[in-house]
Amino acid sequence: MDQAVIGRVKRVNGPVVTVSGITNASMMELVYIGEYRLIGEIVKLEGSSATVQVYEDTTGLAPEDPVYTSGGPLCVELGPGLIGSIYDGIQRPLEALRASGGDFIGRGQSANSISHKQKWSFHRTMEEGSTVSGGSIIGYVDENSNIKHKIMVSPFCKGGKLVDLAPDGEYDVTQVIANVLGADGRKTAVRMSHKWPIRKSRPVQSHMSLSVPLITGQRVIDVLFPLAKGGTVAIPGGFGTGKTMTQHAIASWCDADLIVYVGCGERGNEMTDVLREFPTLIDPRTGRSLMERTILIANTSNMPVSAREASIYTGITIAEYYRDMGYHIALMADSTSRWAEALRELGGRMEEMPAEEGFPAYLPTRIAEFYERAGYMKNLNGTEGSVSVIGAVSPPGGDFSEPVTQHTKRFVRCFWGLDKGLASARHYPAISWLTSYSEYVPDLRSWWDRKSNGAWEADRTAIMSLLQQEVRLSQVVKLVGSDALPDSQNFILSVCDLFKTAFLQQNAFDDEDKYCNADKQLKMLRLIMLYYELGSKAIKAGSTLIKVKRLKVVQDLARMRFSKDLGDLEQRLRSSMRALEEAYDR
Amino acid sequence: MTDSQRIRLSGREYRGLERIDGSLVFMKNTHPVGYNELVQITDKDGNIRSGQVLDTSDEAVCVQVFDGTSALNLPDTRMVFMGEPITLGVTDKMLGRVMDGLGNMRDGNAAPMAEARRDVNGSPINPTARIYPRDFIQTGISCIDGMTTLIQGQKLPIFSANGLDHNILAAQIARQAKVRGADSDFAIVFVAMGIKYDTAQFFIDSFESSGVLDNVALFLSLADDPSIERLITPKSALTLAEFLAFDKGKQVLVIMTDMTNYCESLREISTLRGEIPSRKGYPGYLYSNLAELYERSGKIEGREGSITQLPILTMPNDDISHPIPDLTGYITEGQIVFSRQLASKGVYPPVDVLPSLSRLMKDGIGEGMTRSDHPHLSNQLFASYSHVKDVRNLASVIGEEELTDLDRCYMRFGEFFEQRFLKQGTNEDRSIEQTLDLGWKALGFLPREELSRLSEDEIDSHYTAAEA
Repeated sequence: MDQAVIGRVKRVNGPVVTVSGITNASMMELVYIGEYRLIGEIVKLEGSSATVQVYEDTTGLAPEDPVYTSGGPLCVELGPGLIGSIYDGIQRPLEALRASGGDFIGRGQSANSISHKQKWSFHRTMEEGSTVSGGSIIGYVDENSNIKHKIMVSPFCKGGKLVDLAPDGEYDVTQVIANVLGADGRKTAVRMSHKWPIRKSRPVQSHMSLSVPLITGQRVIDVLFPLAKGGTVAIPGGFGTGKTMTQHAIASWCDADLIVYVGCGERGNEMTDVLREFPTLIDPRTGRSLMERTILIANTSNMPVSAREASIYTGITIAEYYRDMGYHIALMADSTSRWAEALRELGGRMEEMPAEEGFPAYLPTRIAEFYERAGYMKNLNGTEGSVSVIGAVSPPGGDFSEPVTQHTKRFVRCFWGLDKGLASARHYPAISWLTSYSEYVPDLRSWWDRKSNGAWEADRTAIMSLLQQEVRLSQVVKLVGSDALPDSQNFILSVCDLFKTAFLQQNAFDDEDKYCNADKQLKMLRLIMLYYELGSKAIKAGSTLIKVKRLKVVQDLARMRFSKDLGDLEQRLRSSMRALEEAYDR
Repeated sequence: MTDSQRIRLSGREYRGLERIDGSLVFMKNTHPVGYNELVQITDKDGNIRSGQVLDTSDEAVCVQVFDGTSALNLPDTRMVFMGEPITLGVTDKMLGRVMDGLGNMRDGNAAPMAEARRDVNGSPINPTARIYPRDFIQTGISCIDGMTTLIQGQKLPIFSANGLDHNILAAQIARQAKVRGADSDFAIVFVAMGIKYDTAQFFIDSFESSGVLDNVALFLSLADDPSIERLITPKSALTLAEFLAFDKGKQVLVIMTDMTNYCESLREISTLRGEIPSRKGYPGYLYSNLAELYERSGKIEGREGSITQLPILTMPNDDISHPIPDLTGYITEGQIVFSRQLASKGVYPPVDVLPSLSRLMKDGIGEGMTRSDHPHLSNQLFASYSHVKDVRNLASVIGEEELTDLDRCYMRFGEFFEQRFLKQGTNEDRSIEQTLDLGWKALGFLPREELSRLSEDEIDSHYTAAEA
């Protein structure tokens, strides 16, 4: 490397390095420091000194060490070859690092983010001489059998006439495959890859309204608290409540085209779990391995804290890139609290004035900026795509009143609160039906009601109100025992129990139950509501709760989530209930 | 500055400090000193102490002194910057020896010849190099084997409180732990941070009586040792553990007690440096700092050994939401939580299974590993025992006589579960089959219809109703 020296180290305090003698540098510029060329970013400029946040361990760095410029901000390299890879927070490919540097991650290691050697078969879709602008799709390569990777002109390009377009054939990502001849007569090269700064959102034509749900295959989510494609959701929960399990389940089964999974300051073994498990899991929609639609970003808790701060931007920039091709992306960030803590740690080292609980005052702004990069967009090239963001939050002590949870709540429209009590009774997913909400319900109503002939909304409202009643009733039971309630009210308790065990709980390790499609969800919900309607009628007619509960068909309802086909359950439910009622009519 | 330049300068000795503040000393006018460098400090009587560079700038260097700063004075103290981070000479001959936090022999005898020198800060394991741990460790303790199974390569802390039997349990696990069907080459690394002399002696006696002392390396930084030394103690110990596991192929169990004292030292140094505190005065980087210790466990593809961590921490004021247990729980793969209530009922080990959890359990139990009914059985025990709590609350309001028959079954189940399943002797080593059969015996107190989390087949082959 032969970059120019732009300054010398003045002070080293953990990952924060002060540099003096700076003559020409700009904010957020990427720099290399010292003998190992540690990667850092300029976060503060003051006179001739600058503060640099270093993405690697700074052990051994000393005053007077040289600082080199890279000439630009921190970027990710975007092009075919991203899918199936695992990166650290600043897009260094972990597999390549292991091959070159061994089982432990040392300092100053680097490798190309995507292979510069691999040849891809390029197919052009535009003609020589067409008018193009930033974002235009000029051709594609088959990245794998699911994803056609569209080759786009960089959004930075001002536009012009497409010239020197290469014929169909095998190219690597560094070769020039076309030029854009601008109005000023200058040519801009187009390659199959381009770079994009991670902190800048990729431009779009317009935001579109959200009206299509992201089907996750998890009943409690899709039916009670649905998420729209392009929506944002927070999953807060104390440790052991199953944030990561929920994220894994959604990453495995949701109907997005591509998953970007950001493991931000979490456990190494969990990333290994995804890495080893996903290639063996089969996507129910395409029949291909899940790894063929997944990009992993792993900046585990013991990896440098500033790279953790960068990791979620790296993730969302990659997501936006695929959105620009017209795909639907789901981005999981696990966990945004660790990212906020990285901000706090770096803020503290820069001796910034803290706001709540030591977090910097700009925390809410940063959270808002991140979640605002989600959305259902009309892209520059006219295609439509979406990025949905599913952010886990790890509130200290499981207390939702802490700053990260509270500020996140302001900027997301859907909230899946995890409950410790449910988790200790091993009720998974432990999403509480009392604290969670989704503001997307009105937006998604027409989609679901088209699918269910209007039943979705009615049934959903009915069961939500039963669950509310259950809270009051169980308080009474706790005080005086269940004998004090009439059968009609005890029946509500038992319907809610059934709903919880048969519907809300979902076993991630059961082959049938781990994923539930929308049609089956609707059927199951209808059956439970039917049980409530007919059962109430029977009890009104004079039957007893015990008799209703003891019906054989109720046992089958309780186990219906494990069977592929619900068969004649509805008929049997109707006929057993009719029999009960008739016995009393006579 | 390149490494070679630094090594040339590293021999120089400087005299005269600028300032001493707690365990931090400041010196001006040195050559450019690297961050995290090892420092040798000589006091006026010629005694040598060690320290580490915490902050370096062209104006002054801030050094943290591990042996404390008492008796240091400003003009006569001399410092040599060693030009490299703190390293530990490692060899498997350190097994059977007692060391201080920096790895010096406490018994005064010569240190064994080191086979390699390693940076005590370690480096993160590349996630792609890890193997997902799934080998079941039988501890012979029912509540762990049955409900929060320990897996080789896991980090599973014990959340205890003052006055509870966490040390006895840790010693029992160390004595009894084994991977079934494998004749493994095991070693124990024991790390004491700020614990009392008699507690350390208890562990030493326990290792000695079971004849494993030759396989144990002890790193002791006791309550009367300088508190700052505790910050380096677990790092030295884990550096040896990594060498034993990944170079020598041993199955290493690391017992670290008490993590609370480690965090206190961290808070002390952070306050001294005038850093902005986050919760309860602990530094904002407590999470990252703990993660750098806990994440040094696991298994690596292509290497024989493993590191299993069993950190022990005492929850201040029995509060599980205190920053130390809270942040630990977010990093470790589960937790074993002690309950004072159970302890006062005479249940040993007093493990409250409901908040306890083993995240790696799901892939390490079942057919071919423990027994096919294990996953559903433990699930059922969790669900039923959590209902017992509700029934007990109800009974305390309306009286036991008013309970329904079903609720009374739950009361009897709960009693049996605590007194027979959880409770066991300090030398009682139960096989996993004994544990699971006891679990079935407990479920015998419940009517068959209540067992909704077990399959019909499993119930048919294991369930027998208890006699009334």
